Amino acid sequence: MEIKENIFTNDEIVISIKDLNKSFGKNHVLRDFNLQLKRGESIAVIGKSGSGKSVLIKCIIGLIYPEKGSINVLGQEVTELDHKDLDRLRVKVAFLFQSNALYDSMTVRENLEFPLRRHWVSTTKQEVDELVMEALANVGLAHTIDMMPIELSGGMRKRIALARTLIMKPDIILYDEPTTGLDPITSREISNLMVDIQKKYNTSSIIISHDLSCIKITANKIVMLIEGKNYAEGTYNVLSTSNDVKVKNFYI
Amino acid sequence: MLSKPIIDFFNELGSISKFGFRFFREAFVPRYEFKEMIRQCYFVGYKSLPLVGLTAFIMGLVITIQSRPTLVEFGAEDWLPKMVSVSLIREITPVIAALICAGKIGSSMGAELGSMKVTEQIDAMEVSGTNPYKYLVVTRVVATTLMIPLLVLLGDAISLYGGYLGCNIKGDISWQLYWNQVFETLTFGDIIPAVLKTFFFGYAIGVIGCYKGYHSSKGTEGVGQSANSAVVISSIMIFVIDLVAVQIIDLLNLT
Ligand SMILES: Nc1ncnc2c1ncn2[C@@H]1O[C@H](COP(=O)(O)OP(=O)(O)O)[C@@H](O)[C@H]1O
Ligand SMILES: [Mg+2]
Repeated sequence: MEIKENIFTNDEIVISIKDLNKSFGKNHVLRDFNLQLKRGESIAVIGKSGSGKSVLIKCIIGLIYPEKGSINVLGQEVTELDHKDLDRLRVKVAFLFQSNALYDSMTVRENLEFPLRRHWVSTTKQEVDELVMEALANVGLAHTIDMMPIELSGGMRKRIALARTLIMKPDIILYDEPTTGLDPITSREISNLMVDIQKKYNTSSIIISHDLSCIKITANKIVMLIEGKNYAEGTYNVLSTSNDVKVKNFYI
Repeated sequence: MLSKPIIDFFNELGSISKFGFRFFREAFVPRYEFKEMIRQCYFVGYKSLPLVGLTAFIMGLVITIQSRPTLVEFGAEDWLPKMVSVSLIREITPVIAALICAGKIGSSMGAELGSMKVTEQIDAMEVSGTNPYKYLVVTRVVATTLMIPLLVLLGDAISLYGGYLGCNIKGDISWQLYWNQVFETLTFGDIIPAVLKTFFFGYAIGVIGCYKGYHSSKGTEGVGQSANSAVVISSIMIFVIDLVAVQIIDLLNLT
């Protein structure tokens, strides 16, 4: 059975998106999008490229401001938070960027330390070191600690980026196309890593992806983002038997 | 009706001004990014010093050599140090140094922030409890605003030394006499306004370089374009500021 039944899943809702709307000029990207994520659950959002998947998860973390609609994350309305509260929320909600967003001018260690130091968490040097080592051990790259991002391969960079999102021990992780641009073997490794992390820290996640093999491994549920709406929802197997042409297209 | 390129130009000018004014809103409220600021000062100041020094030296030398024949014609050869030092200090060294910095620093800021923008590093900073405008832009603008006047002062000294060598190629003037003549001529009215305007040069270079990077369009091509137009726009701005500054100095009779 591919789809994970997670024992931690309960009915607490950690992300609730209602009637979300966002447009750029005349380009109406999201139209009344709805989504609910329960604690411990992993939802995959799939959609064509340019359909607004990145816009959607950037709205969740407050990087993009929606025109209309409500985004409730861990009981807080994201669009109504001031800077301080938004920063506090961002400690609990981590984001894995599609392009990894590792800081070119910093070593792997400095990259991982950055969120720790910047989020005003009071930690001693020793605690910081321990957290960095733990995060690196989680992705199996302890030996790269003093290397620069440019010296790493694509797969390694993705792992380091993943380690950086883990460093704050987040409740929720938002993955923006975690396996896009990686070879099949590496992308399977990353997918397995995501599952391990989910089990170890009991995180909830939203995974943006087109990669069906990744979705099969990592997600409990799929939401299809088509024409700005949550067009169809269900488990991998349920959706694969759908008769709707637009849904079928993803399974070819 | 105005044509589209003209409208675009003024739109961009408006956005750059807005971006630049934001500096004053963000620079004086905590949190202050001192460590990053020092690092940027090091990059801007120390790394541009050889280039600014070399160009200032050559400028001092050639301006002196070129001015000699005219003065000789009027039998005013003794005036060479006086004339050359005034034009170097008041105009040539500040503008040349600023242009060199616009080329070197403006393009590197445009490219650096541009690539940070397209690889989402700026977004990543924002979600890591950091205000990227403060961390990236304020620090860089402070660095250029403070370091470029310093570079110009050093450039001034070096270009005057170039002038001394230039005087001695065909003529003969002692070290002592040269500097006596230079400082007899130069007043604070020459130096202070010339240095004051370089703060504006520095500010413009920093703001335009950062603006172009910060608003870079997707893709590697966008980054290159940012770097390129940062240099073009800041070079033009240097001349515009120079023009305005000279008028103001003239009006206020500071000379
Ligand atoms: N900052 C922006 N300004 C203008 N348009 C944008 C911006 N961000 C995204 N878009 C547009 O929104 C649409 C969805 O983009 P995106 O969410 O990145 O797509 P994807 O589903 O591939 O992640 C695209 O048409 C894109 O051009
Ligand atoms: Mg995307």
